[in-house]
Amino acid sequence: MYRWLLCWRYLRTRYIALASVVSVMLGVATLVIVNSVMDGFTAEMQQRMHGILSDVIIESHSAHGLPNYQDTVAKIRQVVGEELAGITTVVHVPAMVSIDHRGETITRQINLIGIDIESYADVSDFSKYLLHPENQKRIGFDLKEDGYAPDRPGFPESGWKYRRLKAAAEKQLRAMQLAYEQEQERNRLLRAAIEASASGSSSANTAAELSVGSPVTASDLPPTPRDQADGAAEAPHDGHGLAFPELPAHLRSNDGDDAAPSGKSSSATTSPRTGATPGAEQSLPTPGPSVDAVATLDSDQAKVFDPEVDQHEGIVLGISIGSTRYRDAAGRVTDYYYVRPGDDVLVTFPSAGTSPRAINERFTVVDFYESKMSEYDATFAFVPLDKLQQYRGMSSDAVTSIQLKLRDGADLNAVRDRLRAEFPLELMVQVSTWRDLQGPLLAAVQMETTILNILLFLIIAVAGFGILATFFMIVVEKTKDIGILKSLGASGSGVASIFLGYGLLLGAFGAGVGALAGLVFVANINTVADMLETITGQEVFDPTVYYFETIPTLVQPMTVVWVVVGAVLIAVMASVLPAMRAARMHPVEALRYE
Amino acid sequence: MNSTARPIQPRKRDAIPLRVVEAAGLQPASPTPPAPAILQATDVYKSYRRNRHEVPVLRGCNFAAASGKTTAILGQSGSGKTTLLHLLGTLDAPDRGRIEFDGQRIDNLPRTARDRFRNRQLGMIFQFYHLLPEITAFQNVLLPMMIHAGFRGYLRHRRQYRQRAQELLERVGLLHRLHHKPRELSGGEMQRVAIARALVAGPKLLLADEPTGNLDRQTGQRILDLLDDLNREEGLTIVMVTHDESIAQRCDAVVHLADGKTVEV
Repeated sequence: MYRWLLCWRYLRTRYIALASVVSVMLGVATLVIVNSVMDGFTAEMQQRMHGILSDVIIESHSAHGLPNYQDTVAKIRQVVGEELAGITTVVHVPAMVSIDHRGETITRQINLIGIDIESYADVSDFSKYLLHPENQKRIGFDLKEDGYAPDRPGFPESGWKYRRLKAAAEKQLRAMQLAYEQEQERNRLLRAAIEASASGSSSANTAAELSVGSPVTASDLPPTPRDQADGAAEAPHDGHGLAFPELPAHLRSNDGDDAAPSGKSSSATTSPRTGATPGAEQSLPTPGPSVDAVATLDSDQAKVFDPEVDQHEGIVLGISIGSTRYRDAAGRVTDYYYVRPGDDVLVTFPSAGTSPRAINERFTVVDFYESKMSEYDATFAFVPLDKLQQYRGMSSDAVTSIQLKLRDGADLNAVRDRLRAEFPLELMVQVSTWRDLQGPLLAAVQMETTILNILLFLIIAVAGFGILATFFMIVVEKTKDIGILKSLGASGSGVASIFLGYGLLLGAFGAGVGALAGLVFVANINTVADMLETITGQEVFDPTVYYFETIPTLVQPMTVVWVVVGAVLIAVMASVLPAMRAARMHPVEALRYE
Repeated sequence: MNSTARPIQPRKRDAIPLRVVEAAGLQPASPTPPAPAILQATDVYKSYRRNRHEVPVLRGCNFAAASGKTTAILGQSGSGKTTLLHLLGTLDAPDRGRIEFDGQRIDNLPRTARDRFRNRQLGMIFQFYHLLPEITAFQNVLLPMMIHAGFRGYLRHRRQYRQRAQELLERVGLLHRLHHKPRELSGGEMQRVAIARALVAGPKLLLADEPTGNLDRQTGQRILDLLDDLNREEGLTIVMVTHDESIAQRCDAVVHLADGKTVEV
């Protein structure tokens, strides 16, 4: 009893000891915070990876893929049995996407994935990551009228509305260009006629007529009024005639000036030009593109493909393929879109078979895909499975991989092993779980967490030495009290337990307050980060780096418990030596101590 | 000797469990008529080591205290009287010789038995009172009971112990100072608290080390009067170390100590 009474009294009267547990407090708080943030990151990342990768993936490494996938699927159903919750077939190919933007062609390396619209949603969270609300409900490869990314300010106008505007503008541009060229031609003919009449030769006439259709004459045009040439240069890249004049308007709209994309093509082509002359100068290095102008003009007309009402096959691009994230002058995080739903892109991918050819196919971007896993967002592009099979010249029975979704609680590794037994590697088939595929990344995060934990526990251990020193001081200070207690018949172990109990109380106090502080911090971590930002002017959590808008956290109660127990243990261990010293003290000498 | 008019009855003291006596390996004293020596030291030697030098303090010292009497140990500073008291109180062990309490040897008891002996059979008061500064007078008095009973035992007998402590503090005239910390008390009051603490477990023997050494004459007299009362009314055996002849004269017997030996005067 006296032990607890004295422990308590010492705790109440020796504030210096409380100072020594501040370091324990800080250590525990840091551990709780770091673990919560790391767990939050890991959980968020795992959830995203898992959502995209499904549970078990069966991939074929053969160029032809898995022939007759129906047989394989039947076999899988048989092997996996009850635990199967969803199954879908997929064609993966490496590909390249070419995006026309302001007269330049941007190429990106992508992973083209043909998905089965009906079953893909059963297996992955794919639709959740699309921007259009309707697509989120149900995957579709049809361009929507508008209403993309309603919760994303600054997302440019997209969809059919935009496409029609753009097509109309292009058409008008083309008409202007045509009119201009016709006038040029007329002039030339006139000149030729004048020359011909001057020379009186008919062969000169035919030569002039030949040169009208040829690019050489077209490239002679530039000396004519410059802004006209701008339009001509932009127009031919089907889809992007408008991108140039409209872009400045959007950059402005980011700054709050919500200038609607110039509705009429005439204003779109003329008005922004004055405002954007510097940019225009840069994006206009060569007069060359007008060469294609005539060519595409011809081919488009030949195809009777009207971009105002028609779309190519739909493609869903990872958002980082078509955009880039940067920080504007005011320090705000802004996305800049090279392409948007409603634009067309050119995708190049290998055909099936043993000697693949490159296949160029035009797709219309129908949506963006944003999983916030930069690796996926920067490389994944989705198209309908049947179209991809058709374009690649694959049989409609052939797929490159099969993705499985298992019921909750199913043992992924067991299922994988059963499937591996059924599909050995000799068949050029690889069975893996999503964890296997992301193993190195997960392991790296795990290792980071472990190392951080060790380092932070060392901090608490250092705090333990602080406690040790403080306790030694207290024991020395209390020498006389120890003598008195012994003269009253207290045993050595009883005296020792006063100091052990003291250490326990201090440790529990420090760890408890530390854990509480850590939890409060974690609960308000984003507010704290914002506050730190305003105070220091330094970005604490940079969304351009992490792809998270806010800092994800996840508090695992067991982790907190372990941290607290560890800290208390260290505090108790630090008080063992002083307690032993107190226990060994000779009563007579202790009483005599002054 | 026992006055029934006083608030503390012998019966009350018996209320404290006696099992400790057995636990300490001691037999209850057998009542033999010719005032037996309750505490006896025979041919005790003790030396201390100071910087590798052997400093002999007691050199064949003999001592006996009669039961129910007050005995003074008188001597100069450095004559070894405090050391002798420590040995009698089992705070230290003699190098040679034996110390007996109630006919039982106590100097070679195992440590836990000695702890228990000090706790139950013995009360000690000191020149500098030696109260714990962190706790109140009342808690200081309760301390031996807390040490004795352990956590659960204390909780079980808490009321009994508290009542006993309160009675003792009343007996020493400090009922109004129960919840004061030692630093809020005067020297005389602190010594009274120390006496109450020494008596709380109901010991037969009180060892006092210069109990008035740090007090003015008047206060010291009152403390001595109190000790006399306790001796008279409750039959408490008191062994008192002092260097003051006049104080020694108040006692029933005086043992002179010089150069670590008892001397006849």
